[in-house]
Amino acid sequence: MLYINCPHCGMRSQNEFSYGGDASVKRPELNKEVSDQEWDDFVYNRKSLRGKHLELWQHISGCRQWIKVERDTSTHEIFRTFKADEEVA
Amino acid sequence: MQKYSIFNLVKNAFSNHENWDLAWKDPTPKEEYDVVIIGGGGHGLATAYYLAKEHNITNVAIIEKGWIGGGNVGRNTTIIRSNYMHDENGLFSEFGMDLWRKMSQDLNYNVMFSPRGIINLAHSDAQMNAYARRGNSMRLNGIDAVLLNREQVKEIIPMADFSENVRFPIFGGLMQPSAGTARHDAVAWGYARQADSMGVDIIQNCEVTGFDVATGKIKGIRTSRGNIKAKKVGICVAGSTNILAEKLNMTLPIETHLLQACVSEPVKPVLDNVVTFGAGHFYVSQSDKGEMVMGGDLDGYNSYAQRGNLPTLQHVLTEGIAMMPFLSKLKMLRTWGGIMDMSMDGSPIIDKTHIEGLYLNCGWCYGGFKATPASGWTFAHTIAQDRVHELNAGYSLNRFSTGNLIDEKGLGTKTWIS
Repeated sequence: MLYINCPHCGMRSQNEFSYGGDASVKRPELNKEVSDQEWDDFVYNRKSLRGKHLELWQHISGCRQWIKVERDTSTHEIFRTFKADEEVA
Repeated sequence: MQKYSIFNLVKNAFSNHENWDLAWKDPTPKEEYDVVIIGGGGHGLATAYYLAKEHNITNVAIIEKGWIGGGNVGRNTTIIRSNYMHDENGLFSEFGMDLWRKMSQDLNYNVMFSPRGIINLAHSDAQMNAYARRGNSMRLNGIDAVLLNREQVKEIIPMADFSENVRFPIFGGLMQPSAGTARHDAVAWGYARQADSMGVDIIQNCEVTGFDVATGKIKGIRTSRGNIKAKKVGICVAGSTNILAEKLNMTLPIETHLLQACVSEPVKPVLDNVVTFGAGHFYVSQSDKGEMVMGGDLDGYNSYAQRGNLPTLQHVLTEGIAMMPFLSKLKMLRTWGGIMDMSMDGSPIIDKTHIEGLYLNCGWCYGGFKATPASGWTFAHTIAQDRVHELNAGYSLNRFSTGNLIDEKGLGTKTWIS
């Protein structure tokens, strides 16, 4: 069982959350000419890192906020959690 | 190579079975190979076997980080089927079914292929319609499919929950009678033994640490046991695909996720077929030892852990109990996990890459085991001829940018949208 420290609600079990994938993916800017390659990278291509991975989770059975979680994909250790709009250094 | 036969069995009995040849050797890597296959799982071993058998290319090495058969080929639920709607998947898998039927003879190794049939249960009228459509598509591609009504399903699997007031009543099901199971380890060992006998070097405990690429062409690989030159390199490393892609500066439409399976304590024969729950993701069959072999959903978040987490297992088994209540009385014997190369449309990739001489085989999602022979056969063809075969032409790497996705289930890595 993972325990995720929701920045809004505190430490909760993974059962309250749903996963939203890689949080480092950036949508191409609006009103800008976007190449096929850029769309591909946004929609399909993923690094899927082994080790530290910044990802989105939604506290679906809690505050329903989207949050960012920095987690190790091979040990499942959770290092830090962030609010969705927080910049991650 | 000694043939496995009743006569050799009797002959070797006289020497207490101490003089059998090794099934495969443990060679030191040579300086150069015509083809290097990275990954000694089912697909890698099958690729090497068909390179030697179909294309007469025997200066081949298989480079395996761990030991052969230690990855997903030893971690699956052994289901073999071709019950796909789309042509790309249906024709590819049905070609594989033919290879499965001949495999024990072909490899001189009993892979215990058991065509016991698979039944996908339907729990609504809409699902029955969808199954009728899929069944018709399958039959158009020459794959056997039978649409069963509730009574027919009840006759085959009376232990399922047919009571009236359940959340997901059984309306019927789609059956592929020729689907089945096989002994997964034997598949790896059978391919390994035959490939080895034809001159393929199976190099275990050897991790690939990098690639030598010059002027857009592959020159060789770097490994924990030294550099190896190669004219062609094929990657089939399932859940580790992204790790190797990173070394090549490639980003792929693949994410690595964890899939769990489990078996119960052995019980007397109760279930003849493979059965899947249609209102969720759960499947079950009974092994020859009597264990109920079960599996279902991904753990749901990127993982390289090769071990699972309890919430998903609990969720999957809840579905199992909804389908067959007697499962709740069984004790769990083992659970385990494997890391899956989940592609974005849920279908695999067998293709050339932008680097000349480098080939990619990945994206097998939930269904890697059943594809073992067809994947090996088509990947060997792609490598040997430097062009894709018509069977794997749909499994192209660029289908995501061209929009030619194979929308079999439309799920891929994003289990949370289901």
